[in-house]
Amino acid sequence: MKKIISLLMASVMCVGILAGCGANETTKETVQTTTNSENLSVSTDGSTSMEKVIGSLGEVFQQETGISFTYNPTGSGSGIKAVSEGRCDIGLSSRDLKEEEVASGLTATVLAYDGIAIIVNPENPVEELTSETLAKIYTGEITNWSEVGGNDTEIVLIGREAGSGTRDGFESITGTEDACKYRQELTSTGDVITTVSQNPGAVGYASLASVKDTVKAVSVDGVIPSEETIKDGSYVVQRPFVLVTKTEEALSEGAQKFFDYITSDEAVEIIAGAGVVAAK
Amino acid sequence: MANKATAFLIGWRIEMKKTKIIENIIHGIFLILGLITVASVLLITIYLVIAGIPAIREIGFFKFLFGKNWASTAAEPVFGILPFILTSVYGTAGAIVLGVPIGFFTAVYLSKIATGKMRETMEAAVSLLAGIPSVVYGLVGMLVLVPGIRKIFHVPDGASLLAAIIILAIMILPSIIKVSITALDAVPKEYEEASLALGATPIETYFRVSVPAAKSGIAAAVVLGVGRAIGEAMAVMMVSGNVPNMPSLFQSVRFLTTAVASEMAYSSGLQQQALFSIALVLFFFIMLINVTLNFFMKKEGKEA
Repeated sequence: MKKIISLLMASVMCVGILAGCGANETTKETVQTTTNSENLSVSTDGSTSMEKVIGSLGEVFQQETGISFTYNPTGSGSGIKAVSEGRCDIGLSSRDLKEEEVASGLTATVLAYDGIAIIVNPENPVEELTSETLAKIYTGEITNWSEVGGNDTEIVLIGREAGSGTRDGFESITGTEDACKYRQELTSTGDVITTVSQNPGAVGYASLASVKDTVKAVSVDGVIPSEETIKDGSYVVQRPFVLVTKTEEALSEGAQKFFDYITSDEAVEIIAGAGVVAAK
Repeated sequence: MANKATAFLIGWRIEMKKTKIIENIIHGIFLILGLITVASVLLITIYLVIAGIPAIREIGFFKFLFGKNWASTAAEPVFGILPFILTSVYGTAGAIVLGVPIGFFTAVYLSKIATGKMRETMEAAVSLLAGIPSVVYGLVGMLVLVPGIRKIFHVPDGASLLAAIIILAIMILPSIIKVSITALDAVPKEYEEASLALGATPIETYFRVSVPAAKSGIAAAVVLGVGRAIGEAMAVMMVSGNVPNMPSLFQSVRFLTTAVASEMAYSSGLQQQALFSIALVLFFFIMLINVTLNFFMKKEGKEA
Protein backbone atom coordinates (compact mmCIF):
# COMPACT_ATOMS: atom_id res chain seq x y z
CA MET A 1 0.00 0.00 0.00
CA LYS A 2 2.83 2.37 0.95
CA LYS A 3 4.51 1.60 -2.34
CA ILE A 4 1.41 2.51 -4.27
CA ILE A 5 1.03 5.77 -2.39
CA SER A 6 4.64 6.76 -2.95
CA LEU A 7 4.32 5.86 -6.63
CA LEU A 8 1.23 8.03 -6.86
CA MET A 9 2.99 10.94 -5.20
CA ALA A 10 5.90 10.58 -7.57
CA SER A 11 3.65 10.57 -10.60
CA VAL A 12 1.76 13.64 -9.35
CA MET A 13 5.02 15.51 -8.94
CA CYS A 14 6.22 14.51 -12.39
CA VAL A 15 2.97 15.70 -13.89
CA GLY A 16 3.21 18.99 -12.02
CA ILE A 17 6.76 19.60 -13.20
CA LEU A 18 5.83 18.70 -16.78
CA ALA A 19 2.85 21.05 -16.72
CA GLY A 20 5.06 23.89 -15.49
CA CYS A 21 7.67 23.25 -18.17
CA GLY A 22 5.09 23.13 -20.93
CA ALA A 23 3.70 26.56 -20.12
CA ASN A 24 7.15 28.17 -19.89
CA GLU A 25 8.39 26.67 -23.10
CA THR A 26 5.55 27.91 -25.26
CA THR A 27 5.97 31.51 -24.13
CA LYS A 28 9.71 31.33 -24.75
CA GLU A 29 9.16 30.01 -28.25
CA THR A 30 6.93 32.87 -29.33
CA VAL A 31 9.37 35.39 -27.96
CA GLN A 32 12.16 33.75 -29.87
CA THR A 33 10.39 33.80 -33.22
CA THR A 34 9.61 37.49 -32.91
CA THR A 35 13.07 38.59 -31.79
CA ASN A 36 15.06 36.34 -34.09
CA SER A 37 16.67 38.83 -36.48
CA GLU A 38 19.05 36.50 -38.31
CA ASN A 39 16.43 34.81 -40.44
CA LEU A 40 13.85 36.80 -42.32
CA SER A 41 10.63 37.30 -40.45
CA VAL A 42 7.48 39.38 -40.45
CA SER A 43 5.43 40.27 -37.41
CA THR A 44 1.88 41.57 -37.49
CA ASP A 45 -0.17 42.89 -34.62
CA GLY A 46 -3.72 44.12 -34.34
CA SER A 47 -7.37 43.49 -35.18
CA THR A 48 -8.85 40.26 -33.93
CA SER A 49 -11.47 40.40 -36.69
CA MET A 50 -8.72 39.98 -39.26
CA GLU A 51 -7.54 36.76 -37.67
CA LYS A 52 -9.06 34.54 -40.35
CA VAL A 53 -7.86 36.47 -43.39
CA ILE A 54 -4.37 37.33 -42.10
CA GLY A 55 -3.97 33.86 -40.63
CA SER A 56 -4.68 32.08 -43.92
CA LEU A 57 -2.47 34.51 -45.84
CA GLY A 58 0.35 34.07 -43.35
CA GLU A 59 0.09 30.30 -43.46
CA VAL A 60 0.40 30.13 -47.25
CA PHE A 61 3.15 32.77 -47.25
CA GLN A 62 5.17 30.89 -44.66
CA GLN A 63 4.80 27.65 -46.59
CA GLU A 64 5.88 29.16 -49.89
CA THR A 65 8.76 31.34 -48.75
CA GLY A 66 9.88 29.85 -45.45
CA ILE A 67 9.86 33.32 -43.89
CA SER A 68 8.48 33.06 -40.39
CA PHE A 69 5.21 34.86 -39.79
CA THR A 70 3.67 35.88 -36.49
CA TYR A 71 0.33 37.43 -35.71
CA ASN A 72 -0.58 38.90 -32.37
CA PRO A 73 -4.37 39.38 -31.97
CA THR A 74 -4.61 42.44 -29.74
CA GLY A 75 -7.19 44.71 -31.36
CA SER A 76 -7.02 47.51 -33.94
CA GLY A 77 -6.02 50.24 -31.50
CA SER A 78 -3.09 48.38 -30.00
CA GLY A 79 -2.00 47.18 -33.46
CA ILE A 80 -1.71 50.76 -34.68
CA LYS A 81 0.14 51.69 -31.51
CA ALA A 82 2.49 48.74 -31.89
CA VAL A 83 3.53 49.71 -35.42
CA SER A 84 4.11 53.36 -34.53
CA GLU A 85 6.29 52.28 -31.60
CA GLY A 86 8.16 49.84 -33.84
CA ARG A 87 7.08 46.73 -31.96
CA CYS A 88 5.84 45.03 -35.13
CA ASP A 89 6.35 45.29 -38.90
CA ILE A 90 2.76 45.66 -40.03
CA GLY A 91 -0.17 46.81 -37.94
CA LEU A 92 -3.64 45.45 -38.64
CA SER A 93 -6.69 47.61 -38.24
CA SER A 94 -10.32 46.92 -39.02
CA ARG A 95 -11.12 50.63 -39.24
CA ASP A 96 -9.69 53.50 -41.29
CA LEU A 97 -6.87 55.49 -39.74
CA LYS A 98 -7.86 58.73 -38.02
CA GLU A 99 -6.43 61.99 -39.30
CA GLU A 100 -4.07 62.43 -36.36
CA GLU A 101 -2.80 58.87 -36.87
CA VAL A 102 -1.96 59.63 -40.49
CA ALA A 103 -0.38 62.91 -39.37
CA SER A 104 1.82 61.01 -36.92
CA GLY A 105 3.49 59.27 -39.85
CA LEU A 106 1.43 56.18 -40.60
CA THR A 107 0.17 54.93 -43.97
CA ALA A 108 -2.94 52.83 -44.49
CA THR A 109 -3.25 50.29 -47.29
CA VAL A 110 -6.65 48.66 -47.64
CA LEU A 111 -6.24 44.90 -47.91
CA ALA A 112 -9.90 43.93 -48.10
CA TYR A 113 -13.44 44.96 -47.27
CA ASP A 114 -15.56 43.09 -44.78
CA GLY A 115 -19.17 43.35 -45.96
CA ILE A 116 -21.82 42.30 -43.47
CA ALA A 117 -25.18 41.35 -44.92
CA ILE A 118 -28.38 41.89 -42.94
CA ILE A 119 -30.46 38.78 -43.45
CA VAL A 120 -34.14 38.05 -42.88
CA ASN A 121 -36.42 35.10 -43.53
CA PRO A 122 -37.55 34.80 -47.19
CA GLU A 123 -41.19 35.00 -46.01
CA ASN A 124 -40.55 38.46 -44.58
CA PRO A 125 -41.86 41.14 -47.01
CA VAL A 126 -39.36 43.74 -45.75
CA GLU A 127 -36.84 44.43 -48.51
CA GLU A 128 -35.11 47.53 -47.27
CA LEU A 129 -33.94 49.11 -44.03
CA THR A 130 -32.09 52.31 -43.30
CA SER A 131 -29.00 52.19 -41.13
CA GLU A 132 -30.86 54.21 -38.47
CA THR A 133 -33.78 51.80 -38.25
CA LEU A 134 -31.30 48.94 -38.18
CA ALA A 135 -29.64 50.39 -35.10
CA LYS A 136 -33.06 51.02 -33.54
CA ILE A 137 -34.09 47.42 -34.23
CA TYR A 138 -30.96 46.00 -32.62
CA THR A 139 -31.12 48.22 -29.54
CA GLY A 140 -34.74 47.22 -28.96
CA GLU A 141 -36.39 50.53 -29.83
CA ILE A 142 -38.33 48.94 -32.68
CA THR A 143 -39.72 45.56 -31.71
CA ASN A 144 -42.31 44.77 -34.38
CA TRP A 145 -41.87 44.28 -38.11
CA SER A 146 -45.06 46.30 -38.78
CA GLU A 147 -43.16 49.43 -37.67
CA VAL A 148 -40.83 49.08 -40.66
CA GLY A 149 -43.44 48.00 -43.21
CA GLY A 150 -43.59 44.27 -42.55
CA ASN A 151 -46.10 41.83 -41.05
CA ASP A 152 -47.37 42.18 -37.50
CA THR A 153 -44.76 39.87 -35.95
CA GLU A 154 -42.27 40.48 -33.20
CA ILE A 155 -38.68 41.02 -34.34
CA VAL A 156 -36.32 38.27 -33.17
CA LEU A 157 -32.73 39.47 -33.01
CA ILE A 158 -30.12 36.89 -33.89
CA GLY A 159 -26.47 37.73 -33.24
CA ARG A 160 -23.05 36.25 -32.69
CA GLU A 161 -21.23 35.49 -29.46
CA ALA A 162 -19.15 38.07 -27.62
CA GLY A 163 -15.70 38.31 -29.16
CA SER A 164 -16.80 37.35 -32.67
CA GLY A 165 -15.33 39.54 -35.41
CA THR A 166 -18.62 39.78 -37.26
CA ARG A 167 -20.41 40.95 -34.13
CA ASP A 168 -17.70 43.45 -33.39
CA GLY A 169 -17.91 44.70 -36.99
CA PHE A 170 -21.68 44.98 -37.06
CA GLU A 171 -21.92 46.71 -33.69
CA SER A 172 -19.15 49.20 -34.42
CA ILE A 173 -20.57 50.11 -37.85
CA THR A 174 -24.12 50.60 -36.59
CA GLY A 175 -22.96 52.23 -33.35
CA THR A 176 -24.70 49.71 -31.11
CA GLU A 177 -21.75 48.47 -29.06
CA ASP A 178 -22.85 46.64 -25.92
CA ALA A 179 -26.42 47.83 -26.46
CA CYS A 180 -27.86 45.03 -28.62
CA LYS A 181 -30.82 43.16 -27.15
CA TYR A 182 -30.14 39.77 -28.68
CA ARG A 183 -32.67 36.96 -28.48
CA GLN A 184 -30.05 34.42 -29.55
CA GLU A 185 -26.25 34.53 -29.58
CA LEU A 186 -24.97 31.81 -31.87
CA THR A 187 -21.42 30.65 -32.34
CA SER A 188 -21.19 30.34 -36.11
CA THR A 189 -22.36 32.03 -39.29
CA GLY A 190 -23.98 28.77 -40.36
CA ASP A 191 -26.08 28.65 -37.20
CA VAL A 192 -27.21 32.25 -37.73
CA ILE A 193 -28.32 31.50 -41.30
CA THR A 194 -30.13 28.30 -40.28
CA THR A 195 -31.93 30.02 -37.42
CA VAL A 196 -33.02 32.96 -39.57
CA SER A 197 -34.25 30.60 -42.27
CA GLN A 198 -36.38 28.79 -39.64
CA ASN A 199 -38.06 31.80 -38.04
CA PRO A 200 -40.18 34.26 -40.09
CA GLY A 201 -39.63 37.02 -37.51
CA ALA A 202 -35.87 36.71 -37.31
CA VAL A 203 -33.18 39.14 -38.44
CA GLY A 204 -29.46 38.40 -38.31
CA TYR A 205 -26.11 39.41 -39.72
CA ALA A 206 -23.48 37.38 -41.52
CA SER A 207 -20.48 37.88 -43.77
CA LEU A 208 -21.77 38.50 -47.28
CA ALA A 209 -19.69 35.64 -48.72
CA SER A 210 -21.53 33.04 -46.67
CA VAL A 211 -25.11 34.16 -47.34
CA LYS A 212 -27.17 31.45 -49.05
CA ASP A 213 -30.54 31.23 -50.79
CA THR A 214 -32.32 30.06 -47.63
CA VAL A 215 -32.30 33.63 -46.34
CA LYS A 216 -32.84 37.07 -47.89
CA ALA A 217 -30.28 39.87 -47.66
CA VAL A 218 -32.05 43.22 -47.32
CA SER A 219 -30.75 46.41 -48.84
CA VAL A 220 -29.47 49.07 -46.45
CA ASP A 221 -30.14 52.75 -47.28
CA GLY A 222 -31.35 51.56 -50.69
CA VAL A 223 -28.19 49.70 -51.65
CA ILE A 224 -28.18 45.95 -52.22
CA PRO A 225 -25.07 44.28 -50.76
CA SER A 226 -22.75 42.86 -53.40
CA GLU A 227 -19.05 42.81 -54.15
CA GLU A 228 -19.35 45.97 -56.28
CA THR A 229 -21.36 48.03 -53.81
CA ILE A 230 -18.98 47.04 -51.03
CA LYS A 231 -15.91 48.00 -53.06
CA ASP A 232 -17.28 51.38 -54.15
CA GLY A 233 -18.39 52.09 -50.61
CA SER A 234 -22.08 52.65 -51.32
CA TYR A 235 -23.14 49.73 -49.12
CA VAL A 236 -22.59 51.07 -45.61
CA VAL A 237 -22.53 47.99 -43.41
CA GLN A 238 -18.92 47.29 -44.19
CA ARG A 239 -15.49 48.13 -42.88
CA PRO A 240 -12.03 48.11 -44.38
CA PHE A 241 -9.29 45.74 -43.29
CA VAL A 242 -6.25 48.00 -43.27
CA LEU A 243 -2.52 47.31 -43.26
CA VAL A 244 -0.77 50.02 -41.26
CA THR A 245 2.88 50.86 -41.97
CA LYS A 246 5.24 53.73 -41.23
CA THR A 247 5.30 56.32 -44.00
CA GLU A 248 8.98 57.28 -43.68
CA GLU A 249 10.69 54.04 -42.76
CA ALA A 250 11.08 51.19 -45.25
CA LEU A 251 9.84 47.76 -44.28
CA SER A 252 12.29 45.00 -43.38
CA GLU A 253 13.05 42.58 -46.22
CA GLY A 254 10.76 39.84 -44.88
CA ALA A 255 7.95 42.26 -44.15
CA GLN A 256 8.23 43.85 -47.61
CA LYS A 257 7.95 40.42 -49.24
CA PHE A 258 4.88 39.65 -47.15
CA PHE A 259 3.34 43.02 -47.98
CA ASP A 260 3.91 42.52 -51.71
CA TYR A 261 2.54 39.01 -51.55
CA ILE A 262 -0.74 39.81 -49.78
CA THR A 263 -1.46 42.80 -52.03
CA SER A 264 -0.74 40.78 -55.19
CA ASP A 265 -3.29 39.11 -57.47
CA GLU A 266 -2.25 35.72 -56.12
CA ALA A 267 -3.65 36.54 -52.71
CA VAL A 268 -7.10 37.57 -53.97
CA GLU A 269 -8.40 34.02 -53.89
CA ILE A 270 -7.13 33.38 -50.37
CA ILE A 271 -8.69 36.62 -49.18
CA ALA A 272 -12.01 35.67 -50.76
CA GLY A 273 -11.72 32.26 -49.09
CA ALA A 274 -11.66 34.01 -45.72
CA GLY A 275 -15.08 35.50 -46.48
CA VAL A 276 -14.13 39.10 -47.33
CA VAL A 277 -13.84 41.12 -50.55
CA ALA A 278 -10.28 41.77 -51.69
CA ALA A 279 -9.53 45.44 -52.39
CA LYS A 280 -7.73 44.54 -55.65
CA MET B 1 16.16 -42.52 -14.17
CA ALA B 2 16.90 -40.22 -11.25
CA ASN B 3 18.93 -38.00 -13.53
CA LYS B 4 16.05 -37.65 -15.88
CA ALA B 5 13.79 -36.63 -13.04
CA THR B 6 16.22 -33.96 -11.78
CA ALA B 7 16.72 -32.62 -15.30
CA PHE B 8 12.96 -32.36 -15.65
CA LEU B 9 12.66 -30.62 -12.31
CA ILE B 10 15.37 -28.09 -13.18
CA GLY B 11 13.77 -27.44 -16.53
CA TRP B 12 10.43 -26.96 -14.85
CA ARG B 13 11.93 -24.53 -12.38
CA ILE B 14 13.46 -22.43 -15.17
CA GLU B 15 10.12 -22.43 -16.91
CA MET B 16 8.46 -21.28 -13.70
CA LYS B 17 10.97 -18.49 -13.26
CA LYS B 18 10.35 -17.33 -16.81
CA THR B 19 6.61 -17.31 -16.31
CA LYS B 20 7.04 -15.42 -13.09
CA ILE B 21 9.13 -12.74 -14.79
CA ILE B 22 6.59 -12.44 -17.57
CA GLU B 23 3.81 -12.27 -15.00
CA ASN B 24 5.61 -9.46 -13.21
CA ILE B 25 6.23 -7.52 -16.42
CA ILE B 26 2.59 -7.77 -17.41
CA HIS B 27 1.61 -6.75 -13.90
CA GLY B 28 3.82 -3.68 -14.24
CA ILE B 29 2.39 -2.73 -17.63
CA PHE B 30 -1.14 -2.90 -16.27
CA LEU B 31 -0.15 -0.77 -13.30
CA ILE B 32 1.28 1.88 -15.63
CA LEU B 33 -1.84 1.81 -17.79
CA GLY B 34 -3.93 2.29 -14.67
CA LEU B 35 -1.75 5.16 -13.55
CA ILE B 36 -2.34 6.97 -16.87
CA THR B 37 -5.99 7.37 -15.89
CA VAL B 38 -5.11 8.54 -12.41
CA ALA B 39 -2.55 10.98 -13.80
CA SER B 40 -5.09 12.38 -16.29
CA VAL B 41 -7.61 13.06 -13.55
CA LEU B 42 -4.99 14.69 -11.35
CA LEU B 43 -3.60 16.74 -14.21
CA ILE B 44 -7.02 18.06 -15.17
CA THR B 45 -7.94 18.83 -11.56
CA ILE B 46 -4.68 20.61 -10.81
CA TYR B 47 -4.77 22.56 -14.06
CA LEU B 48 -8.39 23.64 -13.57
CA VAL B 49 -7.70 24.86 -10.05
CA ILE B 50 -4.55 26.73 -11.10
CA ALA B 51 -6.24 28.26 -14.15
CA GLY B 52 -9.55 28.96 -12.45
CA ILE B 53 -8.51 30.65 -9.21
CA PRO B 54 -6.86 33.89 -10.54
CA ALA B 55 -9.99 35.28 -12.20
CA ILE B 56 -12.15 34.51 -9.16
CA ARG B 57 -9.61 36.38 -7.03
CA GLU B 58 -9.49 39.33 -9.38
CA ILE B 59 -13.24 39.62 -9.81
CA GLY B 60 -14.11 38.73 -6.23
CA PHE B 61 -15.66 35.47 -5.07
CA PHE B 62 -19.16 36.77 -4.33
CA LYS B 63 -19.22 39.15 -7.28
CA PHE B 64 -18.32 36.26 -9.56
CA LEU B 65 -20.67 33.60 -8.19
CA PHE B 66 -23.63 35.83 -7.37
CA GLY B 67 -23.30 38.59 -9.96
CA LYS B 68 -26.38 38.77 -12.16
CA ASN B 69 -24.72 40.30 -15.23
CA TRP B 70 -22.27 38.87 -17.71
CA ALA B 71 -20.76 41.19 -20.32
CA SER B 72 -17.29 39.85 -20.97
CA THR B 73 -16.35 42.01 -23.95
CA ALA B 74 -18.04 45.27 -22.98
CA ALA B 75 -15.97 48.44 -22.53
CA GLU B 76 -16.29 47.83 -18.78
CA PRO B 77 -16.52 44.06 -18.52
CA VAL B 78 -18.78 42.48 -15.91
CA PHE B 79 -18.37 38.87 -14.88
CA GLY B 80 -21.29 37.46 -12.88
CA ILE B 81 -22.21 33.83 -13.41
CA LEU B 82 -25.35 33.50 -11.30
CA PRO B 83 -27.52 33.30 -14.48
CA PHE B 84 -25.39 30.38 -15.74
CA ILE B 85 -25.49 28.52 -12.42
CA LEU B 86 -29.25 28.94 -12.06
CA THR B 87 -29.83 27.97 -15.69
CA SER B 88 -27.78 24.81 -15.26
CA VAL B 89 -29.63 23.94 -12.05
CA TYR B 90 -33.09 24.67 -13.48
CA GLY B 91 -32.31 22.96 -16.77
CA THR B 92 -31.07 19.82 -15.05
CA ALA B 93 -33.98 19.81 -12.60
CA GLY B 94 -36.42 20.19 -15.48
CA ALA B 95 -34.81 17.36 -17.41
CA ILE B 96 -35.03 15.14 -14.31
CA VAL B 97 -38.69 16.01 -13.73
CA LEU B 98 -39.52 15.08 -17.34
CA GLY B 99 -37.05 12.27 -17.87
CA VAL B 100 -37.14 10.29 -14.62
CA PRO B 101 -40.82 9.25 -14.70
CA ILE B 102 -40.54 8.16 -18.34
CA GLY B 103 -37.25 6.36 -17.74
CA PHE B 104 -38.38 4.76 -14.50
CA PHE B 105 -41.64 3.33 -15.82
CA THR B 106 -39.91 2.15 -18.99
CA ALA B 107 -37.34 0.35 -16.85
CA VAL B 108 -40.05 -1.35 -14.73
CA TYR B 109 -41.90 -2.36 -17.88
CA LEU B 110 -38.80 -3.74 -19.58
CA SER B 111 -37.46 -5.51 -16.52
CA LYS B 112 -40.68 -7.03 -15.17
CA ILE B 113 -43.49 -7.00 -17.72
CA ALA B 114 -42.12 -7.04 -21.28
CA THR B 115 -41.01 -10.41 -22.61
CA GLY B 116 -39.08 -11.84 -25.53
CA LYS B 117 -39.10 -9.85 -28.76
CA MET B 118 -40.70 -6.78 -27.19
CA ARG B 119 -37.98 -6.41 -24.56
CA GLU B 120 -35.24 -7.11 -27.10
CA THR B 121 -36.40 -4.45 -29.58
CA MET B 122 -37.03 -1.84 -26.91
CA GLU B 123 -33.67 -2.38 -25.27
CA ALA B 124 -31.99 -2.12 -28.66
CA ALA B 125 -33.79 1.18 -29.22
CA VAL B 126 -32.63 2.47 -25.83
CA SER B 127 -29.02 1.52 -26.64
CA LEU B 128 -29.30 3.27 -29.98
CA LEU B 129 -30.60 6.40 -28.26
CA ALA B 130 -27.51 6.35 -26.04
CA GLY B 131 -25.26 6.13 -29.08
CA ILE B 132 -26.61 9.16 -30.96
CA PRO B 133 -24.02 11.97 -30.88
CA SER B 134 -25.12 15.10 -29.05
CA VAL B 135 -24.62 17.29 -32.12
CA VAL B 136 -27.35 15.26 -33.83
CA TYR B 137 -29.70 15.87 -30.91
CA GLY B 138 -28.86 19.55 -31.24
CA LEU B 139 -29.48 19.61 -34.97
CA VAL B 140 -32.85 17.90 -34.69
CA GLY B 141 -33.71 20.22 -31.82
CA MET B 142 -32.76 23.26 -33.86
CA LEU B 143 -34.74 22.24 -36.95
CA VAL B 144 -37.78 20.57 -35.35
CA LEU B 145 -38.12 21.38 -31.65
CA VAL B 146 -37.28 25.11 -31.71
CA PRO B 147 -39.71 26.00 -34.54
CA GLY B 148 -42.23 23.63 -32.91
CA ILE B 149 -42.12 25.47 -29.58
CA ARG B 150 -42.45 28.78 -31.40
CA LYS B 151 -45.63 27.64 -33.16
CA ILE B 152 -47.25 25.72 -30.28
CA PHE B 153 -46.72 28.35 -27.58
CA HIS B 154 -47.00 31.40 -29.91
CA VAL B 155 -43.74 32.92 -28.70
CA PRO B 156 -41.55 35.00 -31.02
CA ASP B 157 -38.69 32.53 -30.84
CA GLY B 158 -38.46 28.91 -29.71
CA ALA B 159 -34.84 28.81 -28.60
CA SER B 160 -35.35 28.68 -24.85
CA LEU B 161 -34.82 26.91 -21.55
CA LEU B 162 -37.82 24.71 -22.37
CA ALA B 163 -36.20 23.46 -25.59
CA ALA B 164 -33.02 22.63 -23.69
CA ILE B 165 -34.98 20.81 -20.97
CA ILE B 166 -36.79 18.64 -23.52
CA ILE B 167 -33.55 17.76 -25.34
CA LEU B 168 -31.79 16.97 -22.05
CA ALA B 169 -34.72 14.84 -20.83
CA ILE B 170 -34.43 12.68 -23.94
CA MET B 171 -30.65 12.51 -23.67
CA ILE B 172 -30.67 11.23 -20.08
CA LEU B 173 -33.30 8.54 -20.76
CA PRO B 174 -30.82 5.80 -21.78
CA SER B 175 -28.64 6.12 -18.65
CA ILE B 176 -31.67 6.14 -16.38
CA ILE B 177 -33.34 3.18 -18.10
CA LYS B 178 -30.23 1.01 -18.35
CA VAL B 179 -29.03 1.44 -14.77
CA SER B 180 -32.57 1.02 -13.40
CA ILE B 181 -33.06 -2.19 -15.39
CA THR B 182 -29.84 -3.63 -13.99
CA ALA B 183 -30.98 -2.78 -10.45
CA LEU B 184 -34.48 -4.23 -10.99
CA ASP B 185 -33.14 -7.39 -12.62
CA ALA B 186 -30.92 -7.98 -9.60
CA VAL B 187 -33.90 -8.19 -7.20
CA PRO B 188 -34.04 -11.85 -6.02
CA LYS B 189 -36.88 -13.82 -7.59
CA GLU B 190 -37.88 -15.15 -4.14
CA TYR B 191 -39.02 -11.71 -2.97
CA GLU B 192 -41.45 -11.42 -5.84
CA GLU B 193 -42.61 -15.04 -5.61
CA ALA B 194 -43.32 -14.61 -1.90
CA SER B 195 -45.35 -11.48 -2.59
CA LEU B 196 -47.32 -13.19 -5.36
CA ALA B 197 -47.93 -16.22 -3.13
CA LEU B 198 -49.40 -13.92 -0.48
CA GLY B 199 -52.01 -12.84 -3.02
CA ALA B 200 -50.58 -9.53 -4.28
CA THR B 201 -51.19 -8.75 -7.96
CA PRO B 202 -48.13 -8.58 -10.24
CA ILE B 203 -48.30 -4.77 -10.46
CA GLU B 204 -48.56 -4.49 -6.67
CA THR B 205 -45.57 -6.79 -6.37
CA TYR B 206 -43.47 -4.72 -8.78
CA PHE B 207 -44.14 -1.40 -7.07
CA ARG B 208 -44.35 -2.56 -3.44
CA VAL B 209 -41.58 -5.18 -3.47
CA SER B 210 -39.24 -5.00 -6.50
CA VAL B 211 -38.89 -1.22 -6.72
CA PRO B 212 -38.21 -0.68 -2.98
CA ALA B 213 -35.65 -3.49 -3.11
CA ALA B 214 -33.88 -1.78 -6.02
CA LYS B 215 -34.28 1.77 -4.75
CA SER B 216 -30.61 2.66 -4.28
CA GLY B 217 -29.82 1.40 -7.79
CA ILE B 218 -32.62 3.55 -9.18
CA ALA B 219 -31.35 6.52 -7.16
CA ALA B 220 -27.91 5.95 -8.69
CA ALA B 221 -29.57 5.99 -12.14
CA VAL B 222 -31.14 9.37 -11.39
CA VAL B 223 -27.83 10.82 -10.18
CA LEU B 224 -26.14 9.52 -13.31
CA GLY B 225 -28.83 11.30 -15.33
CA VAL B 226 -28.15 14.53 -13.44
CA GLY B 227 -24.45 14.20 -14.25
CA ARG B 228 -25.15 13.68 -17.92
CA ALA B 229 -27.56 16.62 -18.07
CA ILE B 230 -25.36 19.15 -16.27
CA GLY B 231 -22.32 18.30 -18.39
CA GLU B 232 -23.98 18.45 -21.81
CA ALA B 233 -22.84 21.36 -23.98
CA MET B 234 -23.24 20.83 -27.71
CA ALA B 235 -26.92 19.96 -27.98
CA VAL B 236 -27.87 22.60 -25.44
CA MET B 237 -25.86 25.28 -27.20
CA MET B 238 -27.82 24.70 -30.40
CA VAL B 239 -31.29 25.07 -28.88
CA SER B 240 -31.03 27.42 -25.91
CA GLY B 241 -30.16 30.73 -27.62
CA ASN B 242 -27.05 31.46 -25.49
CA VAL B 243 -27.96 34.87 -24.14
CA PRO B 244 -26.86 35.38 -20.52
CA ASN B 245 -30.37 36.10 -19.18
CA MET B 246 -31.69 35.04 -15.80
CA PRO B 247 -33.49 31.75 -16.50
CA SER B 248 -37.16 31.66 -17.41
CA LEU B 249 -38.97 28.97 -19.37
CA PHE B 250 -39.38 30.78 -22.70
CA GLN B 251 -36.32 32.97 -22.38
CA SER B 252 -33.07 32.48 -24.24
CA VAL B 253 -30.55 31.21 -21.66
CA ARG B 254 -26.92 30.21 -21.26
CA PHE B 255 -25.72 27.16 -19.30
CA LEU B 256 -22.38 26.79 -17.46
CA THR B 257 -21.13 24.47 -20.19
CA THR B 258 -22.23 26.66 -23.08
CA ALA B 259 -20.81 29.76 -21.40
CA VAL B 260 -17.37 28.18 -21.62
CA ALA B 261 -17.83 26.65 -25.05
CA SER B 262 -19.33 29.65 -26.84
CA GLU B 263 -16.73 32.25 -25.84
CA MET B 264 -13.53 30.23 -25.56
CA ALA B 265 -12.58 30.53 -29.23
CA TYR B 266 -11.99 34.30 -29.25
CA SER B 267 -11.33 34.95 -25.59
CA SER B 268 -8.25 36.52 -24.12
CA GLY B 269 -6.96 37.92 -20.83
CA LEU B 270 -9.35 38.12 -17.91
CA GLN B 271 -12.24 36.88 -20.06
CA GLN B 272 -10.38 33.63 -20.75
CA GLN B 273 -9.42 33.25 -17.10
CA ALA B 274 -13.05 33.79 -16.12
CA LEU B 275 -14.08 31.03 -18.52
CA PHE B 276 -11.65 28.70 -16.73
CA SER B 277 -13.26 29.74 -13.47
CA ILE B 278 -16.66 28.80 -14.87
CA ALA B 279 -15.19 25.42 -15.81
CA LEU B 280 -13.95 25.09 -12.23
CA VAL B 281 -17.45 25.76 -10.89
CA LEU B 282 -18.85 23.19 -13.30
CA PHE B 283 -16.16 20.73 -12.22
CA PHE B 284 -17.18 21.30 -8.62
CA PHE B 285 -20.78 20.43 -9.46
CA ILE B 286 -19.71 17.25 -11.27
CA MET B 287 -17.56 16.25 -8.27
CA LEU B 288 -20.54 16.74 -6.00
CA ILE B 289 -22.63 14.51 -8.24
CA ASN B 290 -19.92 11.86 -8.29
CA VAL B 291 -19.72 11.80 -4.51
CA THR B 292 -23.51 11.36 -4.35
CA LEU B 293 -23.32 8.60 -6.94
CA ASN B 294 -20.61 6.78 -4.95
CA PHE B 295 -22.75 7.08 -1.83
CA PHE B 296 -25.68 5.34 -3.53
CA MET B 297 -23.47 2.74 -5.18
CA LYS B 298 -21.89 1.79 -1.84
CA LYS B 299 -25.29 1.58 -0.22
CA GLU B 300 -26.45 -0.74 -2.96
CA GLY B 301 -23.36 -2.89 -2.54
CA LYS B 302 -24.11 -3.30 1.18
CA GLU B 303 -27.75 -4.14 0.61
CA ALA B 304 -27.08 -6.80 -1.99
